[in-house]
Amino acid sequence: MCRLALKTADIPFSPYEVLTGMEAMQEGYDGSGLGLLLRGVSFEDFKYKKEEQVILSGIAHTEAAAKRLHKIMDERGFEQEYDHCFKVKPELIEAKDRFQYIVRVYKKPQGLSQVELEDRLMQTRLFLRKDGEAHGGDLTAFSLWPDVVMIKEVGWPLDIGNALGLDDGRIKARVVMAQGRQNTNYGINLYACHPFFIQGIATMTNGENTAFVPIKEWLLGKNIPGYMGYQSDSEVFAHILHYVTKKLNLPLACYKHIITPLKTEELNAHPQGEFLKGLRTACRRLIIDGPNAVIGTLPDESCLLVMDQKKLRPATVGGRPGAWAIASEMCGVEALIPDRDPSLDFQPMREHTVIIPPDRKELLIWSQFDQFTLSQAA
Amino acid sequence: MVSVRSIYTQPSSLTYSDLPWIIQHREDRCTLCGQCTAVCPKQAIYLTYRRQRLPKLDILQKKRGNDYRHFVGIRQNTDIDKMCIGCGMCASVCPNEAISPVPNTNEHRSRFHMDQKGDAWKRGGRRNAPGKTILDRIAFDRISMLTDPALDAGRHEFNINTILGRILPPEEFLRRQAAGEWIPPTREIFPFVIGSMSFGALSPNMWLGLLQGVAYCNEVLGIPVVMATGEGGCPPWVLRSPFLKYIILQIASGYFGWDEIIRAIPEMQCDPAAIEIKYGQGAKPGDGGLLMWFKVSKLIARLRGVPEGVDLPSPPVHQTLYSIEESVMKMIQTLSMAFGFRVPVYPKISGSTSAKSVLNNLVRNPYASGLLIDGIDGGTGAAYNVSMDATGHPIASNLRECYLDLVAQGRQNEIPLFAAGGVGKNGNVTQNGMALIMLGASGVHIGKYIMQAAAGCLGNELGRCNICNVGLCPKGITSQNPKLYRRLDPDDVAQRVADTFSSIRTEMKKIMAPLGRSQSLPIGMSDALGIDDADAAEKLGIKYIC
Repeated sequence: MCRLALKTADIPFSPYEVLTGMEAMQEGYDGSGLGLLLRGVSFEDFKYKKEEQVILSGIAHTEAAAKRLHKIMDERGFEQEYDHCFKVKPELIEAKDRFQYIVRVYKKPQGLSQVELEDRLMQTRLFLRKDGEAHGGDLTAFSLWPDVVMIKEVGWPLDIGNALGLDDGRIKARVVMAQGRQNTNYGINLYACHPFFIQGIATMTNGENTAFVPIKEWLLGKNIPGYMGYQSDSEVFAHILHYVTKKLNLPLACYKHIITPLKTEELNAHPQGEFLKGLRTACRRLIIDGPNAVIGTLPDESCLLVMDQKKLRPATVGGRPGAWAIASEMCGVEALIPDRDPSLDFQPMREHTVIIPPDRKELLIWSQFDQFTLSQAA
Repeated sequence: MVSVRSIYTQPSSLTYSDLPWIIQHREDRCTLCGQCTAVCPKQAIYLTYRRQRLPKLDILQKKRGNDYRHFVGIRQNTDIDKMCIGCGMCASVCPNEAISPVPNTNEHRSRFHMDQKGDAWKRGGRRNAPGKTILDRIAFDRISMLTDPALDAGRHEFNINTILGRILPPEEFLRRQAAGEWIPPTREIFPFVIGSMSFGALSPNMWLGLLQGVAYCNEVLGIPVVMATGEGGCPPWVLRSPFLKYIILQIASGYFGWDEIIRAIPEMQCDPAAIEIKYGQGAKPGDGGLLMWFKVSKLIARLRGVPEGVDLPSPPVHQTLYSIEESVMKMIQTLSMAFGFRVPVYPKISGSTSAKSVLNNLVRNPYASGLLIDGIDGGTGAAYNVSMDATGHPIASNLRECYLDLVAQGRQNEIPLFAAGGVGKNGNVTQNGMALIMLGASGVHIGKYIMQAAAGCLGNELGRCNICNVGLCPKGITSQNPKLYRRLDPDDVAQRVADTFSSIRTEMKKIMAPLGRSQSLPIGMSDALGIDDADAAEKLGIKYIC
């Protein structure tokens, strides 16, 4: 079982804080990998503006790949404005084929609608990924999106933090998601490392999704660009969240109703039971079968935590106005936000969706048994 | 040597060793109570007198001679039409274990003489292909052992029901929901359905027992089992009862019983579970239904709207001036309309290499609610032996190909596929059914298994019994003769139906729990399957294990 940690705070902080917080939970990972996702990014030596700029994250494994990357971005009209240079200590990294860790800021392409822009960004990321795969995996592209930085690497989380010099405070963020990986079913592959990202939506997951194959087959059958990869059974959680919010345009509260619908007897008593039963049937292939704890973040810096129906994976959320943490274990929350009232920590049950809204004032807890608000129902 | 002419013999004269079953009778145990001869529906045995010679030797007198005695015993008929079928009813009623049929291990000469009077061999039952099936050989091998421990089948909550009915893609569902447009009807049902067996093929007591059992499963046990009628209508009181919701009404090419059904529509208290349009059947693909005259009793004649005592062969296809595709489309639409678009309507076809074409046709038909494919191992009440033995397509690869075809189109959730034909034929009903579900079926239909489990049908894959066609069912399951069907108590059948489905439910959990599945039926979870045959593994797209 992997260990997950998320911290969100009004004041940007170093991702290294989350890595040290993860140390508290180190029984739960085996040094097979770390995934980091940062939102609300600020650089020490560059003033980043998310309305105007996008960030590319990835790894160029060879010099040739770095050159190709430069060329591809150039040809696709992305004008580079900043290149974050990690102070790498290669001796701390297990893998030896890391020519350059990429965190680059580009000017947003102009003259595109929001939908076109989102499409362009994703297609470019997918093109980079495909290009890397066509060249023996010498180029890895994690994300290309406004205000999102992703780092994935094989090894112990703290070692990777040290190796990339994340403790130097040159890069900070308001939201950090981190996963310490425990390798189980699938080979160690950078793309298999959580968090998973698609068009601004990111999730990371504890546990195994035993309904993976039928869900994957259904998502692949939709022929939606970006619904690919699936090196990890958890990648489908990100894609389902994307599908629910961006393709079906349903309110966030529906996510839980789709991945873990209520039973028929429960829906019979629900105010929107008829609709939810229909939705459950239409989205039947998206029902997950955990045990899983799914932690997600959205472009507006909202964070969410849901459990699978069996609720066999622990996860706790706690914090105070202005700073909140979600972690696999209570000690993880304690390490991330020590100055909170632990008696207010919350462990969601099978029907709950916990949301930390962008204002970070208080937790929102939705229950599947609740009626939708009028605006959501509309 | 005696001249052959002086002995009564014909080409079709048979003796005990020519018959598939030989009666063994122990005179030392027989009390001559006569129960065996009374119970035998075939009159395969009879009470007879025989003379026995007892050699007499008087040594002192130096005389040799004979004494004779008469004794009474049970002997076997060797006529083809009175041939022992091995049902074993004689053994089961004998109070003294004095009689029993044993399978003849010699070649059966009788096989060459089943076509008396030029009538090709017709029989009921099954294909008679013994041994493990492909489904029996599939193992569930993806056991959660590491990150996620296996679940507790006894204590966890499981969602094991399936959906019957057309399911819209999510985008279209939301659009129609918002616009207030028609959304195709669906039913949440137990994935093991009692397959089509007609009121006509089955005795009234069997039918009543099944229906009672199904109602008990639904209303007391909370297992939403549904049963299909087969061709031949439905008793009028059932059509007007609240139990109709547990029944899938079948319409087949003879349209038998549909006058009654159509007349009952205005008086129905609830909608039926679904309508099944039979285009084919696994046991006799390309052939219509057959109810032989022996079984067309007064009651059946009334239900079907036909004279008594005539053979009722349905045509192989539905009557149409147009193509089959058009006929399918029109029938689905007509029947949907007849029930106010509130009832799922789906076709049943026999397993065939053309199944994928039928399926693709249905995908484009917005009223088609599913597809049932019946494989070569399906059973029947009456068919030509050659159809049963040699015609058809096994279900496993047929179903899998159809499912993968839907997957390739991203439509696997829209048209539920149901599979039938040999599910549980060796007794492994849940294992067989779950294997088909993980290969892509939304559910399975079981016919023979339910007759064996719920009513004690004596048929087996070695040709035992198999006389459902002539209405002489030794257990009273497939007979219209009150003397025979009174042997079957509907209450007992209902009890066994409840037992059977309760245990299938438990076994489903026992299969799902180790796979870490509990929240939805693992339809298409092919990563959990393995088989010890490399070719079958490749064909089915599952793992080869050994």
